[in-house]
Amino acid sequence: MSMETPLGRVRGLGSSGEGAHHWWIERLTSVSTLLLLVWLAVSLLRLPALDHPTIVEWLAGPLGAVPMLLLIVSTFWHLKLGLQVVIEDYVHDDGAKLFWIMVLNFAAILAAALALFAVLKIAFTGSAD
Amino acid sequence: MHRNPSRPLSPHLTVWKWGPHMLVSILHRVTGAGLSVAGGAALVWWLLAAADGREAYATFVEWATWKWALIIWIPLSWALFQHTLSGLRHFVMDMGAGFELPVNKFWANMTIVGSLLLTALLWAWIILEKGA
Repeated sequence: MSMETPLGRVRGLGSSGEGAHHWWIERLTSVSTLLLLVWLAVSLLRLPALDHPTIVEWLAGPLGAVPMLLLIVSTFWHLKLGLQVVIEDYVHDDGAKLFWIMVLNFAAILAAALALFAVLKIAFTGSAD
Repeated sequence: MHRNPSRPLSPHLTVWKWGPHMLVSILHRVTGAGLSVAGGAALVWWLLAAADGREAYATFVEWATWKWALIIWIPLSWALFQHTLSGLRHFVMDMGAGFELPVNKFWANMTIVGSLLLTALLWAWIILEKGA
């Protein structure tokens, strides 16, 4: 058993290098979301129509489904990180802050999961009707 | 927060002269929050409707192309342009550039001019192209 204090154990190891993790992922996902939104706009403009059969056929193919899955992950991740900072800045009460950050995480993950499910369903079952 | 409320709080928000950089900063948050809620909901609804089938998709299209839905779509498109342009401005500032006062003010103003211009161009194109 070590007799060292917790402070003594970490002293001299330097920072973990993870302090800017949130900030960095926010930047990373902002670039990826921007690129994927440009892809989405260009893809929609190139489609002959925006009706159901056309959209389903497009999303059933790998070049529709895969970037769309990435777009969902990137967008909802970025949105979650951004709104978390807003909550951290404006909600000062610790309990309320914890509550809203949990609500945000659950909502963002639920929304992303619903969107991912929708794309995967189209990709794996194609145009059923 | 563990702040003693009987201690005075320095007047940090009220003493500054309002400038474009402050407006763009708060617009970045407001547009980000708006895009998160309305944009996120629209994306999920669109994809779920497409996955559900022809009828659900028709219902989505009916709502999305309803003329009063423009009250959502036009501000949402502006929010996307404003958030994107001020986001690009943030990249430059993250690299440590663009903090000189005239430069900072100029690009802050340009994000507002740019987002309004892009929104106008987008909707002019949609109306002319689709005859909405």
